[in-house]
Amino acid sequence: MNLVKRKFRSSAVKAIETNSPPVAVPTLTHRDFESDQDKRWCPGCGDYSILKQTQKILPELGIPREQLVFVSGIGCSSRFPYYMNTYGFHTIHGRAPTIASGLKATNPDLSVWVITGDGDTLSIGGNHFIHLLRRNFDINVLLFNNQIYGLTKGQYSPTSEVGKITKSTPTGSIDNPFNPISIALAAGATFVARSLDRDTKHLPVMMKAAFEHKGTSFVEIYQNCNIFNDGAFFTYTEKATKADNVVQLEHGDPLIFGANLDKGIRLNGFQPEVISLNGDSTYATDDLITHDQFTEDPTLAHFLSRMTENEELPLPIGIFRSIQRPCYEDALAQQIDTQKEKKGEGNLESLLNAGDTWVVD
Amino acid sequence: MSKPRQTIEDAVVLFAGDSGDGSQTIGAQMTQTSAMAGNDVSTHPDYPAEIRAPAGSLAGVSGFQLHFSSQDIFTPGDKCDVLVAMNPAALSENHEYLKPNGLLIVNTDNFQKKNLNLAGYVSNPLEDDSLSQFQIFSIELTRLTHEALAETELTSKEKDLCKNFFALGVIFWLFNRPMDYTLRFIKETLGARYPKFVEPNILALKAGVAFAEATDQVASTYEVKPAKFQPGKYRNIMGNAAVAIGLIAASQKARLQLVYGSYPITPASDILHELSKYKEFGVKTMQMEDEIAAVGSAIGASYGGALGVTGSSGPGIALKAEAIGLAVMVELPLVILNIQRAGPSTGMPTKTEQSDLLQVLYGRNGESPVPVIAAARPSDCFDTAYEAARIALKYMTPVFFLSDNSIANGAEPWKIPDASTLPAMTTRFVSNGSNTEEFMPYARDEETLARSWAVPGTPGLEHRIGGLEKQDLTGNVSYDPDNHEKMTRLRDEKVARIANDIPPTEVFGQDGDELLVIGWGGTFGTLRTAVKNKQAEGVSVSHVHLRYLNPLPADLGDIISRYQKVVVAELNLGQIATIIRARYLVDAIGFNKIQGQPFYVYEVESKIDEILER
Repeated sequence: MNLVKRKFRSSAVKAIETNSPPVAVPTLTHRDFESDQDKRWCPGCGDYSILKQTQKILPELGIPREQLVFVSGIGCSSRFPYYMNTYGFHTIHGRAPTIASGLKATNPDLSVWVITGDGDTLSIGGNHFIHLLRRNFDINVLLFNNQIYGLTKGQYSPTSEVGKITKSTPTGSIDNPFNPISIALAAGATFVARSLDRDTKHLPVMMKAAFEHKGTSFVEIYQNCNIFNDGAFFTYTEKATKADNVVQLEHGDPLIFGANLDKGIRLNGFQPEVISLNGDSTYATDDLITHDQFTEDPTLAHFLSRMTENEELPLPIGIFRSIQRPCYEDALAQQIDTQKEKKGEGNLESLLNAGDTWVVD
Repeated sequence: MSKPRQTIEDAVVLFAGDSGDGSQTIGAQMTQTSAMAGNDVSTHPDYPAEIRAPAGSLAGVSGFQLHFSSQDIFTPGDKCDVLVAMNPAALSENHEYLKPNGLLIVNTDNFQKKNLNLAGYVSNPLEDDSLSQFQIFSIELTRLTHEALAETELTSKEKDLCKNFFALGVIFWLFNRPMDYTLRFIKETLGARYPKFVEPNILALKAGVAFAEATDQVASTYEVKPAKFQPGKYRNIMGNAAVAIGLIAASQKARLQLVYGSYPITPASDILHELSKYKEFGVKTMQMEDEIAAVGSAIGASYGGALGVTGSSGPGIALKAEAIGLAVMVELPLVILNIQRAGPSTGMPTKTEQSDLLQVLYGRNGESPVPVIAAARPSDCFDTAYEAARIALKYMTPVFFLSDNSIANGAEPWKIPDASTLPAMTTRFVSNGSNTEEFMPYARDEETLARSWAVPGTPGLEHRIGGLEKQDLTGNVSYDPDNHEKMTRLRDEKVARIANDIPPTEVFGQDGDELLVIGWGGTFGTLRTAVKNKQAEGVSVSHVHLRYLNPLPADLGDIISRYQKVVVAELNLGQIATIIRARYLVDAIGFNKIQGQPFYVYEVESKIDEILER
């Protein structure tokens, strides 16, 4: 994680960097980030865990509370901002990225987080999502993927598997699901990661990495909806099955998994496949894919993102990709600075009197 | 030998040709030259949506109408005195707009079989007597331009491109106009992009003047003396440019960032183009992925403490509706520009209409009041855009600014205001001074009912807003029945109270006249001219122009009650008329036109006569 460039520029941090007298940053705890509102999620919902992990990491980020803004769309996950004692904007279905973009363009110093779900971001808001990633605003997007529509009481979502029986598909859904990680990579996302609501060790690490990445950070979080899609991810989250079904991506490390760390992923032509690393195996660690999250070329990340399409392969979690690219809000501010340097600070009187004028006496 | 010169009060010239013929360019040149010669001017560009429809086709005809006068004028004129027709299609589309005995200037080189067929002519109209009611000035415009450019390096096709300046030379000669402004334009503006066309265009322009002087087809030239303007400094301005400058002025006066989120759409795109030029004012323009993202980014900007503005036309406004409802709910300042075009769906993108009024008033779910104001004329777009921003900031509300295709692209002289005399701007920013009491994001100003503007980044005022119904004061989510009714009424009352903050309605005419003509938006000039003309004939008629459409002015009911008859003239099927009839229980007569074209003065005059049975 130390390879990820630290990027936050709160006024307090700036003051320290410029050797001004240090500004006291009050020490906050997770309680400082809890609002007084009653949570309206169903008991046992995976959202609770994500909320808790968020509130837990925020004091460690060293940002004053007023600099934090959580922007959400519509859906269960989008109620999130109401429970955070920070600035928050619960907007309309699918549009959180647009509002977050305008906000970040206006005030680049804010730490802006988009909280969204699979329906919100991949169905009604799909267009905004890809364009947000393409522009690379320095915004963190947490996608709570539960593969179901919860707030509207249980219809299939754009990430539900084909054949899913729901209220709107009593004979099974017939449309193919999106692969959120693949879409993010195709849209040119500079930071793409996946984590699990129940993995309280991994999730905060991913959230911090997202925060520390300068540019749009996309984190897909598999989240259990215990009412309408209970257990959708238990293979990946529960102790008995997790180790054999999840491979954790670590930069520079070969892809090894399994309860006994005796399985690995290698590329067979264009196909990732599981190989055994047992004593009698003909393969060794050298044959495995070595993860490189910083490589500019997205091909490896794409290979990894497609692993969920093959049931033989484990689910990759971790950072698929983390690269540096200019951010929209910085380029925008820079164009303004350049024009100010070139033309001088705008003057209203000269603006009004510009062009060909004539005087009537 | 120079020809006799006649002084006339005003003239209307219509330049028409293929959309690539440069009619808009020379129209703009004649406009600026006339304005700088001291005339009052008013223009109406009329062009197709296609960039280059097939050459010579009726669909490809682009027109630019200019009215210049030694008197105060409000409209681009009904019919024209001079029609410049670059090809048969341009003639076919426009000859009905030429006055009897008007001067028809034609490029005879384009009147061959192919172009005549494309324009639907069976025989050449120049060779039969179908145009006998006009004076015809035939010019072999293409051949003569080529001849004038014989010595240049241009290819034959490139020489063709210069013929509009030859035509402009003829018009300059006809109205005794100086060439200096256009020479500068060719050298500096065109020259910066197309240096090799500088000399050829100058040659063509001068050849046009020389040719006209030598011809005996026209007996005399004309002079339109300067108009009597109020003293001051003037510039020519187009409606959309005036909107852009008005918004920048508002942001400067309010000391706010201006953030414009938009998606290209005719006829609003020029505002995005214009604003993107002014980065030295800190203006941030964002061309977003769609109309919804455009309004979303503007709302995000307002949330962050900027003056957020989005602009579009009817189809785009339809897409923005849900987000505008959000802005109503979260009570953030937002200016929404609707540059109206004609028809439902895609309709007629380059034509004018006023048919989005009910859309902006009511086109949202729930009780969702939004103030609406409309610009009257190109230069008024400055003041009206400024006023929209003032209301948005003072009342913490989205505000609709309405314009339309004709004033957006029309131009006229604008008396440049003194920046220091522009109305003051109020913002509702708060900071956390004492930090003893809990912050109430939905506490309101007693007079305006506006809530405060607590911007992210302000310590101690952390709070949550959103589209769910707000609890009074705290802004927390509330499903309480009484609270919902209270909040609905508060939002409505806040907008209603803006009526206390607008100037009294100006009545042009006498109380108790027989007839009151009511209009709004871009029809102002035509209605005012028609009423003025009728008053001069001794007809008992008054005119009220509405700038504020929501809320309507508090004195409007009283004014209406003082007239025997009321006619509401609109370029729609009767939208404000419906509201006026409902609100004031008056049997208002509708006068409606839905042709994608503005009213003509004579149409309004006839309607007045018809109602008064004259």
